[in-house]
Amino acid sequence: MSTTILNEKDIARAINRISHEILERNQGAENIALIGIRTRGVTLSSRLQAKINAIENIEVATGALDITLYRDDIGAGLQKPELKKTEITFGLEGKHVILCDDVLFTGRTIRAAIDALIDFGRPASVQLAVLIDRGHRELPIRPDYVGKNIPTPKSKRVQVLLKEVDEEDKVIIQEQVK
Amino acid sequence: MTQTTTLSQRNIITMESLTANDIDTILDTADSFKEVSTRAIKKVPILRGRTIINLFFEPSTRTRTSFEIAGKRLSADVINISGAASSTVKGESLIDTVRNLEAMSPDILVVRHNCSGAPALITQFISKPVINAGDGTHEHPSQSLLDLLTIREHKGDLKGLKVTIVGDIAHSRVARSNIHAMKTMGMTVKVVAPPPLLPIGIEQLGVDVCHDLEKGIKDADVIMILRIQLERQNQGLLSSLREYSNYFCLTEKHLSNVSDDTLIIHPGPVNRGVEISLDVMEGPRSLILNQVTNGVAIRMALFYLLLGESDANSN
Repeated sequence: MSTTILNEKDIARAINRISHEILERNQGAENIALIGIRTRGVTLSSRLQAKINAIENIEVATGALDITLYRDDIGAGLQKPELKKTEITFGLEGKHVILCDDVLFTGRTIRAAIDALIDFGRPASVQLAVLIDRGHRELPIRPDYVGKNIPTPKSKRVQVLLKEVDEEDKVIIQEQVK
Repeated sequence: MTQTTTLSQRNIITMESLTANDIDTILDTADSFKEVSTRAIKKVPILRGRTIINLFFEPSTRTRTSFEIAGKRLSADVINISGAASSTVKGESLIDTVRNLEAMSPDILVVRHNCSGAPALITQFISKPVINAGDGTHEHPSQSLLDLLTIREHKGDLKGLKVTIVGDIAHSRVARSNIHAMKTMGMTVKVVAPPPLLPIGIEQLGVDVCHDLEKGIKDADVIMILRIQLERQNQGLLSSLREYSNYFCLTEKHLSNVSDDTLIIHPGPVNRGVEISLDVMEGPRSLILNQVTNGVAIRMALFYLLLGESDANSN
């Protein structure tokens, strides 16, 4: 059982608005970099990049971050999160880095991502863009750009589907399958 | 939502016991770990607070350093113990030594021993994961894995590749590990050596046997040259090193009929001019130093995939 809360057009509008907000807050795209958290954060970062390029005609640097090595919940037995590649090929010094992720929940992923980023250099600032903020933070972390706030009970599962990975664009809420 | 991977083994003792899926998992994980070694700050926190013991009863530069660097890049504490400096010289048995080490709560034990089967024996007495870093003439799994990673990086896919292994097959744990692993991955293996350096019954492992270097490497996608193990040549198997070199040292002359895409690998250390000529070793097909770089990533992957049997932080 699942309910669709954002469709393809809703997602496109959210990304459009967030792009404008990023440009407004950083007074253009000169000094910014978009870094997506694997897997769907990377997709969002490339969509934001394309949109910003369409508005300002600037190709913003993008990178991909896998936060597995910075997680606080690894360890039980032989089952391990699949490690994917981190690809940050530019220096972070002096850049305003916008971390991109699909869903903001406990904030633990973002904590890990900030720790990972700092290992690559000292950005001028780190900002956070998410498509969905569903609340239930366990750490003092808040987003700078939000597609949609969806307060949901912890027992539900919010899932973002994106064409590049899932063949369709939508956000759904499901009962948690145990 | 996170995709996960699981190895079928909790110790890495032989390539013979790993499935194709295990090998793919290790290679993919190592591929992702390579990036860490290219950073200015080459350290990630994943093994913070873990202890790795390198227990080496045989000399080693590359393998021991590689395991040590791999552990340190993952933030583990790495302790090195060499056989000559351990209590075994006072008469303590291998099993007593490792049980005493285990009493100090390490998380992983890396063992090299001159007796085939020693690491497998150790696993029966301790509960922590053990990685075989080379046992006698038996197996050397992490070397085989780094060879496969190096080959895969240059050829894209392992399946269907033709590999020729040249040299002292009889004494080579690298050859044995690679023959098992390459068969598992659907590769074709040919061994080239003078008869005294081929173990009896080697065909039973599913390899082709050839005694002529030029013929043996003709269609190869990969040529793996093995070191003539000077320390194991006191059995009169070869009349002289010079005679061996005359027939089996890989030189540019042999490569004139071989494709430019053929890769040349060697597990090191190299006896220059004995099993491989200097110009081939330094030539464009040679991936000897790429192998060493990949070795660190492979060992990081093994530590990552094996860690945490009884982690207090796990949910």
